[in-house]
Amino acid sequence: MIPGREQPTNLQEFLEGLWQQNPVFVMVLGLCPALAVTVSAVNALAMGAATTFVLLGSALLVSLLRNFIPREVRIATYILIIATFVTIVDYLIAAISLTVYEALGPFIQLIVVNCMILGRAEAHSSKNPPLRALTNALGMGLGFSLGLLALGSVRELFGSGSLFGIALFGADFQPWVVMLLPPGGFFVLGAWLLLFNWWRTRSPATLKPAEVQGHG
Amino acid sequence: MTAMTQPAQPPATSSLAMIRTLGVVATVCGVLLVLTYQNTLEAIEANKLIALQRAVFKVIPGAASMQAYYVSPAGLVEASGPPPPGGMKFIAARDAAGNLKGLAAEAGAMGYADMVRVLYAYDPAGQVINGYGVVSHRETPGIGDKIITDPRFLDNFRALDARLNDAGTALVNAIKGVKHGARQNAWEIDAISGATVTSRAVAKGINDSAGKLLPLLRPHIEKLKEAP
Amino acid sequence: MADASLSQIFLATVLANNFVLAMFLGLCPFIGVSGRLNTALPMGAATTFVMLVASLCAYGLNYLVTVFGLEFLRLISYIVVIASAVQLVEMVLKKYSPTLFRALGIFLPLITTNCAILGVALFQTAREYSFIQALVFAIGAGVGFTLALVLMAGLRERLNLAIVPNVVQGAALSLMLAGLLSLAFMGFAGLGMGG
Repeated sequence: MIPGREQPTNLQEFLEGLWQQNPVFVMVLGLCPALAVTVSAVNALAMGAATTFVLLGSALLVSLLRNFIPREVRIATYILIIATFVTIVDYLIAAISLTVYEALGPFIQLIVVNCMILGRAEAHSSKNPPLRALTNALGMGLGFSLGLLALGSVRELFGSGSLFGIALFGADFQPWVVMLLPPGGFFVLGAWLLLFNWWRTRSPATLKPAEVQGHG
Repeated sequence: MTAMTQPAQPPATSSLAMIRTLGVVATVCGVLLVLTYQNTLEAIEANKLIALQRAVFKVIPGAASMQAYYVSPAGLVEASGPPPPGGMKFIAARDAAGNLKGLAAEAGAMGYADMVRVLYAYDPAGQVINGYGVVSHRETPGIGDKIITDPRFLDNFRALDARLNDAGTALVNAIKGVKHGARQNAWEIDAISGATVTSRAVAKGINDSAGKLLPLLRPHIEKLKEAP
Repeated sequence: MADASLSQIFLATVLANNFVLAMFLGLCPFIGVSGRLNTALPMGAATTFVMLVASLCAYGLNYLVTVFGLEFLRLISYIVVIASAVQLVEMVLKKYSPTLFRALGIFLPLITTNCAILGVALFQTAREYSFIQALVFAIGAGVGFTLALVLMAGLRERLNLAIVPNVVQGAALSLMLAGLLSLAFMGFAGLGMGG
C-alpha cells in the first residue's frame, strides 16, 4: 500500500493474473504440473481447479493474518499455510473422484512447491485486504488454468484425436503419440510461448517487453 | 499487534512473538486439516472399496461377495488396520451360494513411466492364474496401455501356470515375460510387440507377488474353501 | 512391492526416467539457472545433497507418521524438513565457500521450491522403497538432474554465439531444447529393466 499511488480496481487486480502476468505464458512459473499432467484437457482443468483452490485458500488466510505475522517468520508461515491447503485439496479430490485422483497422482501434492503460490502470498496477499487478495488470486488461478487448458487441449487433440474425451477425428486418425510423452509437452509449451512472444512483439503498446525468464 | 509498516529500521521481533505466531498459525492449520481428514475419510474409503470390488468382480467372474484377508507366517486374519509383519493382503471372492470362486491379489512393478499395478486372480484348485486386470498405470497411451485391452496379451492369463514346488516354498517356474511370439511354456507371458517394458513389468509384478503370497497361502486353502 | 535392484533403480532414475527430462520435475531451475556451465555443476551438486537429506528424513518421517496414524501431516512435515535442509546448506556454503554462495545467488533458497526435491520424497513414499533403495533413488535423481542441467547449459552457451530469432529467445528456446533432449533420452527406455 504505497500512499499517493492510485489503488488498482478489483477488475484490474483480476485481469492482472489472467493476462498481464499469466503464470504459464508470461512468468513461466509452475511448470512442473503444467507439463506433467496436461495430457488431456480434463486433467488440465482438474489441476487448474486444484491449484486455484489452494491459491484462494492461502490468499485468504495469509491476508487475514497479515498483521500478525512477523517479517522474520513469514516464509515459514506461508509455507505452512500453503501445505495445509494442498493437503486439504488432496483429500477432497480423493473423496470426490478416485479416477481424477489417480490421473493427477503425486502432482497434487507438488502444488505446494508451485512458486506462483508462494510468490502471490509474499508479493500480494500479505499486503492487501482479503477481498482484494482473493480477487487477485482468482485471476491468477484462472490464468494458470487457462494456460494448462491450452497445453492440455493441444496435446490431447494431436495425441489422442479427442477433446475432453470426445473423439473428434475418425477411427483412421494416426495420433502423434509423442504429444502425450514428455518431449511433446516441452514442444507444445515452447510453441505456445513462441506464439505469445510473437503476439507481443506485434503489439508493444499494451504489455511490458517479453522478459520471460524462468525463476524458482 | 501493530501492523508492519515500512520504517527505516523495523524493530526486531521478539522470539516470543515469533513462536506465538507460529503456534497460532499451526493451530489454525491443524484444525482445518483434522476437520478435512475426518470428513473425507468415509468417502475416500467408500471410493476405494467400490473400485476394488469392481476390479475383483471383473477378474473373478461369477463372484457375488468378497472378503479381504492378511496372511502371514503367523496365520490368517481378516484384513483391518495395518498388516502384520511379513503379511500380505489378498481377497477371497465367493459366489452367491458362498462357494470360493477364486482369490485375488495386487501386484506391482516399475514399468516404462512409473509403477504398474495389476490385480490377478488365482484358482487354488488348478494352481493357475486365471484372471487379470490393470489397477493403475502411467504408461504411454496407445502403446503401453495395450496391456489393458490387447486380446493376445489377455490370453496369457487364461491358465498361467503358478504351481508351487512340493515343499510349498516357491513357484516351480518363475513367471516371466518373453519376447512377442516366443511363448512356449504355460508360465511365460508373451509380451506385446512394441510394449516390452510394460509387459515385462506386469510379469515381474505378478511373479514377485505370487512367489511370496502362494507359499504363505498354501496351508490355509482348505480353510478358505469352507463357506464362512 | 518394489523389488528392483539398486543398479536398476540408479540407472533408470539417471537415464530412462530422468527427473527433468522424463518426469518434469525441477524445471524451474532447469530453465532459469542453466545458462552458464560453471553455475550448473555446483547447482546440481547442491540439489543432490539436499535431495539426499530430504530422502533420509522423508523415510524417517513417513515411518513416524504411519505409526502414529497422522498421514495428513506427511506433506507438511516433508516440506518443513526440506526448507530446513536448504537453510542448512545455505549457511554451510556461506561459511565455507562465499564465492560459490554469491554465484548461486537467489537460486539457492529457491531450491526449496524445486519440485524435484519434494518429488524425491513423494515418489519414494509412493513406491514403498526400502531405506537403501530410497538413498540410491535420491542419488540417482540428483545425478540425473545435474546431467540434464549440464547438458542444457552447454547447449545454451553454444547458442549464445548463434543467431537466434527474437521471438524464440528465452524460455521458448530452452523448452524446445529440453524437448529435443527429452526425445534423445527416450532412447534409454527399458535401461535397467533387466529380465
